[in-house]
Amino acid sequence: MSHSLKIHDVSVVYPSQQGGQPVTALTGVNLSIESGDFVVALGASGCGKTTLLNLMAGFIRPSSGALTLGDYRGQVPQMIEPNSQLRDQITGPGAERGVVFQKHALMPCLNVLDNVALGLKLRGVGRREREERAMRFLELTGLQDFRSHTIYQLSGGMQQRVGIARALTNDPHMLLLDEPLGALDALTRERLQELLLEIWQSTRKMMFFITHDVEEALFMGTRLIIMSPRPGRITHEFSLDFGRRFLECRDARAVKSMPDFIAMREQVLSIIHGDEEAA
Amino acid sequence: MSMFDQQQRQAVMRTLQELRRGQSAKPGEQYGAPGNGSSLLLSCITVVAFLALWFAATNLGWVKPLFLPSPQAVWEQLIAVSQDGFADASLLAHIGWSALRVFSAFALAVLTAIPLGIMMGVNRVARGIFDPLVEFYRPLPPLAYLPLVVIWMGIGEGSKVLLIYLAMFAPLALSARAGVRSVAIEQIHAAYSMGASRSQVLRYVIMPAALPEMLTGMRIAIGFGWTTLVAAEMVAATAGLGFMVLSASKFMVTEVVIMGILVIGLMALLFDFAMRWLERRLVPWKGKV
Repeated sequence: MSHSLKIHDVSVVYPSQQGGQPVTALTGVNLSIESGDFVVALGASGCGKTTLLNLMAGFIRPSSGALTLGDYRGQVPQMIEPNSQLRDQITGPGAERGVVFQKHALMPCLNVLDNVALGLKLRGVGRREREERAMRFLELTGLQDFRSHTIYQLSGGMQQRVGIARALTNDPHMLLLDEPLGALDALTRERLQELLLEIWQSTRKMMFFITHDVEEALFMGTRLIIMSPRPGRITHEFSLDFGRRFLECRDARAVKSMPDFIAMREQVLSIIHGDEEAA
Repeated sequence: MSMFDQQQRQAVMRTLQELRRGQSAKPGEQYGAPGNGSSLLLSCITVVAFLALWFAATNLGWVKPLFLPSPQAVWEQLIAVSQDGFADASLLAHIGWSALRVFSAFALAVLTAIPLGIMMGVNRVARGIFDPLVEFYRPLPPLAYLPLVVIWMGIGEGSKVLLIYLAMFAPLALSARAGVRSVAIEQIHAAYSMGASRSQVLRYVIMPAALPEMLTGMRIAIGFGWTTLVAAEMVAATAGLGFMVLSASKFMVTEVVIMGILVIGLMALLFDFAMRWLERRLVPWKGKV
């Protein structure tokens, strides 16, 4: 079974506040994400990255355009008219789209294991099974020894790892990650980058990953979209394969020092700096 | 101007500057957190000093016993009343009746006000309907609507419990409502993204997040309950701590007045300790996230 998420000419306009102008957070966004895609969004603050993620998660509705989810076997779904009422239109959050938040958003009243197993509990999975599955992802994220700790006993990086384990345990088709590694130390960050790539490779989940870090974006993504502010829109898109190269050679530093990686990094940086000068 | 003056002035200035800066925290404390450190010793000193002042003022004849009886006299009255009773009821009966009124009103208020407060927090319609009612009656002093309560409910137990209940209702409802509103929106988003239904979000996210504020509301409410007790027992009571204090004041038995006040204060204090213990057990994460 293959999955897809399509964004059809979406714009988001926030109504004016106290007599000011309405703010256009996103305009004319078209994007199609399929199983196996690792889409990374890069751009300056205020370019609408998080708004785009909130649209996909179903937390906000577009002002115009539509977002659709597809499950299909082989055949390509037909292009759908924007604004038409669709059966598979995203109308709210759903368990098939897991979210990892910038701030961990864990439940302080539950311990680590119960936090990670919460999604399964909400969907009626029995205690033994959900704890087994939660433990698997706690081991993957290196947290197995902290299963009984409370959330506030953990460091910020560990809390973030619990958030990732929680989203993975729920086994969504798509993972939406809003700068999940931004607050982590360099070592943990690299470990989690590799972990996310491995999970992506083994499960072929659709990934939508927001970051500020150019190297991280190039290393992780199969597709890189660069966004620009005022109004927020997608300005560039690139295909990438550094993540696949890493999965073959298992040497992140070698991949990150390849000549085409460095050339790509300079190209992306100059695009972003150009944006900043224009703004 | 000698060198000595200069040095002294510099030393004073330095001390003043140090006082104006924050002090580094001990391990386990937060730098700059308001009111850091233990206050237990100072509290004990306050209590002892207060008792000593009371003892001195009465035993040295600074005030007449009618206005302020001595601690010994109050203690003797406590022994006497607990053995022989006061105003046709034993001390235990006074305590029992008052506790029954306060705690039955508290139980009723918890069972009704907290669900209403939660509803007002999560539901626009409930908030719109009940907000003006709760906000209007909340600041009214219970003594102002006591006559009305008596006219409606008569002079039996019903009116007493209702008066205390009304005094507790508003703080409980408002704290539950504020607690609901204090939940972090990311936690709600996270739960929905894991497939939670609205009722599951209420049960697993909103309720636990509101619990700390609700417990604080319960502590405030029980305080209001004890405050209202004397007013409730003004009308046609035959036992109760408030009644005991009131009838003692009619006969100018100041010792019993003070004894009754101390007993009420002690009961409120014991309940508050119990609530704080419950708070540590139920919401250990309070103030840490």
